[in-house]
Amino acid sequence: MTLGLINANPVVHAKKERVARTEDPHGDDDAVDPLEIYDILFYLKVLLNFEDPEHPYSLEQLSVLSEESITVDDKLGRILITFTPTIQHCSMATVIGLCLRVKLKHYFPPHYKVDIKVSPGSHANEDSVNKQLNDKERVAAALENPNICQLVDECLYSNEL
Amino acid sequence: MEFLDERFKLREIQKLEGHSDRVWSLAWNPATGVAGVPYLFASCSGDKTVRIWEESLTTGSWNCKAVLDETHTRTVRSCAWSPSGNLLATVSFDATTAIWENVGGDYECVSTLEGHENEVKSISWNASGSLIATCGRDKTVWIWEVQPGHEYECVAVLQGHTQDVKMVQWHPTMDVLFSCSYDNSIKIWADDGDDDNWTCVQTLDEPNNGHSSTVWALSFNSSGDKMVSSSDDLTLKIWGTDLARMQSSEGYTPWRHLCTISGYHDRTIFSVHWSREGIIASGAADDAIRFFVENSDKDGLVDGPMYKLLLKEEKAHEMDVNSVQWSPGEKRLLASASDDGTIKVWELAPVAPS
Repeated sequence: MTLGLINANPVVHAKKERVARTEDPHGDDDAVDPLEIYDILFYLKVLLNFEDPEHPYSLEQLSVLSEESITVDDKLGRILITFTPTIQHCSMATVIGLCLRVKLKHYFPPHYKVDIKVSPGSHANEDSVNKQLNDKERVAAALENPNICQLVDECLYSNEL
Repeated sequence: MEFLDERFKLREIQKLEGHSDRVWSLAWNPATGVAGVPYLFASCSGDKTVRIWEESLTTGSWNCKAVLDETHTRTVRSCAWSPSGNLLATVSFDATTAIWENVGGDYECVSTLEGHENEVKSISWNASGSLIATCGRDKTVWIWEVQPGHEYECVAVLQGHTQDVKMVQWHPTMDVLFSCSYDNSIKIWADDGDDDNWTCVQTLDEPNNGHSSTVWALSFNSSGDKMVSSSDDLTLKIWGTDLARMQSSEGYTPWRHLCTISGYHDRTIFSVHWSREGIIASGAADDAIRFFVENSDKDGLVDGPMYKLLLKEEKAHEMDVNSVQWSPGEKRLLASASDDGTIKVWELAPVAPS
């Protein structure tokens, strides 16, 4: 899989100190806390180099996500994730987007509407990447594709390494 | 019929459960709901199956009569009955189209149409049942001729869209085909009468007051002189043509934009269907179903017909509404299919004057 070599030498940022939280992150109601999403996604790791599966990078380390990149409208049940691909032509952008979507699907009530976009100016094909990431028919078809599914699974699986 | 002076309510008749994944689409059998034949429709799903639902004439409740599985190996995206109601065509992300025949209540797969490179997304029968159109992610539209003995011959592969084609729909009276796409356009295809020479005769895109994002669906009014399209740009657009001129010797008459219905749905509008009596139903990713009718008060209108909201059902489903379809027959029934895995049967009924 050559996809892994697209950005073999990424800039890796230091992990930020996370503020310890005293309250139960899952709370006692259905309300979605943006911090909950940070906690789930910031440690989502991606393999940038599939030949080096022992060294996944977290999206936080790659600065793919920042705290400002997640907004939640709990009343409307809507989540907007804006991420920054590591390079302007990153063809992993759609895979990262799929990973984010799959990961979130496991955590939130199904009626939540999730929009996933690349941050403005961060990708050479911003509009087409955004359109593709939010076309649910294409997403459904991609997740039925064994090759793409395997790629997403590997990215998500690497969390447990 | 005048709808504006009447107040309507939408009554949920039944919620149908059985699919184990999102329900993408449904199709009423056009030969049912009349002359004592019970209503029947098919639904298809991400669970790779098709289900047949029938209304009981005695209790009025709906039951699943058949599950069509073990044929498609991936999501079944769309389905359509032949005009006679004897055959059901289903299309799948597995790149195939299956034709099913109803033999005494059992559904038998009698033919499989192969040719698309990958996901097939939509199927439509022409008015006489002699032609089928399919479309898919490979950006093409295929026209198949129905031949004796469950044979289907591909007579044209239409290339013109620059992205995946979301839906195909034949005109209700003429053999003119409409397709809409992820490339934001609607294309109109006609045969020049010279040995299956199908060509694109018109493109309705953004420079022609068309949509600015994916066009997901389109539907015709009963007379076929108007069409409505629904889009990811959160609008519905009404298009019109001069049918009398089209059918005269003057030949093809272009369709033109009549009006845009905007400001209602606030997420992608996946489905739109125009009823025989003129009510436009739309279903969207905002979980809502809305109904629009032409505003017959023409005073002061210079820009052609206007449409207004008749009714909205905000939480029609718990998740995205993928398909809304009016029933044939005598009743004013609507069925809706959703990501929540359910189908709902509704009746649009006037509120009794108090």
